[in-house]
Amino acid sequence: MILFWLILFPTVGGVLAWIAGARDPDAPRWVAIAVLTLELLVALPLIGAALAPGHGAWIAQFDHSWIPQLGISFELDLDGLSLVLILLTIVLSLVCVVISWTEITDRSGLFHANLLWTTAGVIGVFLALDLFLFFFFWELMLVPMYFIIALWGHENRSYAAIKFFLFTQGSGLLMLVSILVLVFIHQRATGDLTFDYLALLGTKMSPTTGFLLMLGFFIAFAVKLPAVPFHTWLPDAHTEAPTAGSVLLAGILLKTGAYGLIRFVVPLFPAAAHAFAPVAMALAVAGILYGALLAFGQNDLKRLVAYSSVSHMGFVLLGVFAWSTLALQGVVVQMLAHGISTGALFVLVGALQERIHTRDMRRMGGLWGMVPRLSACGMFFAIASLGLPGLGNFIGEFLILLGSFQASVVFTVIATFGLVAAAAYSLLLVQRAFHGAPQEPAHHRAIADLSPPHLAVMAVLVVAIVGLGLYPQPVVDEVAPGLAAVQHSAAVSAALPEHVAERAP
Amino acid sequence: MTAPALTAPAFAAFAPFTLLGAVTILVMLLIAIRRDHRLIALSTIAGLLLCCIALPLAAPASPVAVTPLFVIDGAALFYAGLVLVSALVVAALSWIYLDRVGEGPREEYYLLLLTATLGAAILPASVHFASFFLGIETLGISLLGLIAYAGPRGSAAEAGTKYLILSGAASAFLLFGMALIYAAFGTMSFARIGALAHEAGPADLYRLAGIALILAGVGFKLSLVPFHMWTPDVYEGAPAPVTAFIAVVSKIAVFAVILRFFALAGGHADASLRAGIAAVAILSMLAGNLLALLQTNVKRLLAYSSIAHLGYLLVAFLAAPALGVDAAAYYLAAYAVTSLGAFGIVALLSAPGAGRDADRIEDYRGLFRTRPFLAAGLALMLLSLAGMPPTMGFIAKFYLVVAGVGTALFWPVAALLLGSVIGLFYYLRLLIAMGLPPSPEDDPARRLDVPVSGRALIGVLMVALVVLGTYPAPVMSFIKMMLG
Repeated sequence: MILFWLILFPTVGGVLAWIAGARDPDAPRWVAIAVLTLELLVALPLIGAALAPGHGAWIAQFDHSWIPQLGISFELDLDGLSLVLILLTIVLSLVCVVISWTEITDRSGLFHANLLWTTAGVIGVFLALDLFLFFFFWELMLVPMYFIIALWGHENRSYAAIKFFLFTQGSGLLMLVSILVLVFIHQRATGDLTFDYLALLGTKMSPTTGFLLMLGFFIAFAVKLPAVPFHTWLPDAHTEAPTAGSVLLAGILLKTGAYGLIRFVVPLFPAAAHAFAPVAMALAVAGILYGALLAFGQNDLKRLVAYSSVSHMGFVLLGVFAWSTLALQGVVVQMLAHGISTGALFVLVGALQERIHTRDMRRMGGLWGMVPRLSACGMFFAIASLGLPGLGNFIGEFLILLGSFQASVVFTVIATFGLVAAAAYSLLLVQRAFHGAPQEPAHHRAIADLSPPHLAVMAVLVVAIVGLGLYPQPVVDEVAPGLAAVQHSAAVSAALPEHVAERAP
Repeated sequence: MTAPALTAPAFAAFAPFTLLGAVTILVMLLIAIRRDHRLIALSTIAGLLLCCIALPLAAPASPVAVTPLFVIDGAALFYAGLVLVSALVVAALSWIYLDRVGEGPREEYYLLLLTATLGAAILPASVHFASFFLGIETLGISLLGLIAYAGPRGSAAEAGTKYLILSGAASAFLLFGMALIYAAFGTMSFARIGALAHEAGPADLYRLAGIALILAGVGFKLSLVPFHMWTPDVYEGAPAPVTAFIAVVSKIAVFAVILRFFALAGGHADASLRAGIAAVAILSMLAGNLLALLQTNVKRLLAYSSIAHLGYLLVAFLAAPALGVDAAAYYLAAYAVTSLGAFGIVALLSAPGAGRDADRIEDYRGLFRTRPFLAAGLALMLLSLAGMPPTMGFIAKFYLVVAGVGTALFWPVAALLLGSVIGLFYYLRLLIAMGLPPSPEDDPARRLDVPVSGRALIGVLMVALVVLGTYPAPVMSFIKMMLG
């Protein structure tokens, strides 16, 4: 039942926030904070439950009949992997509420409603273990996010919002067809119409069918991740979204793609995924280098951070398809670290834009003298993003490279160059924005440094990323049973066709 | 074959339809006695409400054959219910819409609305060419009057004329098709045709031509490509509540009767016919969506979108009956709620005296600020049309894809998905316009006053859309019970 609350609270909270917004523009902020705090209080005890010995991978479950006519149930299951991602979601949503305090003054009720609904949708994605329910949440989180970009975004928001929607929805429909074909194959084999993930694991099918179905899922997740060549929606959406929208997108929504790859693509289609691994890893490496290269060439601060996301998520894709325990642990740490560091960078860019009304680095420079705290935070997260040892991103990327080395030496070696490129664009960011001489005299007028709420947010994120960098073991322990379970089910279903082959005369 | 006598159970089962006829006559007499818009509108609404209440009372007597012309069974009652409830919503919308005229004769409008509803309500129960044709003509001729109603608007007369000519041609096709089938089998009963066709084996040229002509006539009524040409003009020209009626009630009724015709007369057996229907479906989905992209008029946009939606529905029509029948029923219910909502909001924002309805995209600019509630309603309806959760449209489209994939209809499903992606584009464009700041010409003082009843109506539709879209199981089991 606790899992159902996790989805229900933000859904209802969104409605409340909307209603509250009609009376007082600040009321929705408090509603959102209250709901998310409650959410955190519900979720935190689950950490303890996960670390307690003597249970399987699943920490909590919720199953309720939903559409029995089609074999669909409202099935939510939580393992360590879901849990850490949900915690990340809740924390970043809280961050979003705080940093929107001064930025979003127009229709704040509707804004916070959309923010909470996005949170609800994403949490649903991380919990759903019925394929239809998963698809339901997958589509559901799209709608409020679309509104956040389209209604509160910057200059070119309509274009960005529609592009974001079309890419995600189009690829989502491919996944829908894959889901249905999988379900019907399973029904033909067993006579049982069900969308239950656990029942569908290990469904036998021909290699060609498996490969096509796997592609349907892969494309949907690769668009969301995003992997080259499906990434073109991302720079636009991130750049045009309001700050909170960018944080949500980069921090949380991208992670749903990675989560889908780990939870669904490989366990459901292990053989096909194995066959596809070289291509996926090549795409990953291409993403790492291409993203870094483009980040290097940007003048728009937000676009730079957006392209750096493409590069960082390339590591995630590499790690998933390496599919070793080390690499997967690295993927999880990388997801958390990227969520925190990129989220923080977007917050800072947003804060800068609020103050100097530009994101163009050619019009910045010398900011350290004017806004030292903001600049210091900026440098910290830029360095985190380039993978300095001692910070979370380093652990993630290092583990991924270590884990992938066994799978493919070539790709791992090439991917390592991504770290060099990351250093280049991150330091360039620091150099151009914060150091040097101020580019425009107009900016000499006094601008305010980070406000106390912003500083508090930064402090939390700094602590999180340092903690993740110095002592990642608790996170690794938390997700270990879950990762072991998906690896196990992938191995079991991969082994199935061979058993069948052996028995055949 | 002798006609069965009108037994007591048959009489009871047919009562809602008899009642609807009685209401029509009553309203006609009332108009003669006293011309009062409010009185006539309210008695129409009350009469339709009574018919809706009578439907469940008729259910225990079903299934029963009422003369050789009708069978009152679960499917007939379900679709008649959908028709009556939709007509009720349209009547309420019409009341608000016509109330804004202020002066002039408006009462006959309700008479035409009732006769059109009568024609639509008996179609799902028809099992005979005579009742099939009678229903379609009662519906079509009443519609003609409705389309050209609403006085000073020039486009209404144009739309009415267009509908008159094309509808007449379509009826001729339909009638000729029926004649050819009758020539082949000597019967007009669907079930007899099915039995004789089964004995006779593969269809010869005459029978194929007959079915093809019937399909052409029906394709016109359902505005499927390539018989869709009239749709955007008529949707644009007709008063907004009438547009809602054409888009919802007439489509449901005609689709229901053609479903029954194919189920009883065994039209599914023929491969070339199936291929033809699949082609029509694919064309409708693609052409409807692509042409909708070019529209700047909301009513035309919704017209093309309805062409695409009827194309989607054909996927359920082509699917195996075990999956398709339920999917079609749910889809029609979702489509009814969504389209009534969308056209309803257009109607609420329009005044008949203005020369045109609120049908340009600019009319919707800034709606999120000027009328947040109606904007939220329209946004929800558009999301449902686009097939996004948490609305009925999402479940309905999912149900269709289930039916399509389950029957391995590769191309229609591919067209459905492609069409959905194209469709997103224009629904989102309208949504974006609603989110923009209001246009500078917008004058708060001149904004139409939307009555509470209108907002309540939209509110009910919104709640239905979300509740049945997130918890569809009761509706699905109800459909299974009625149609299964």
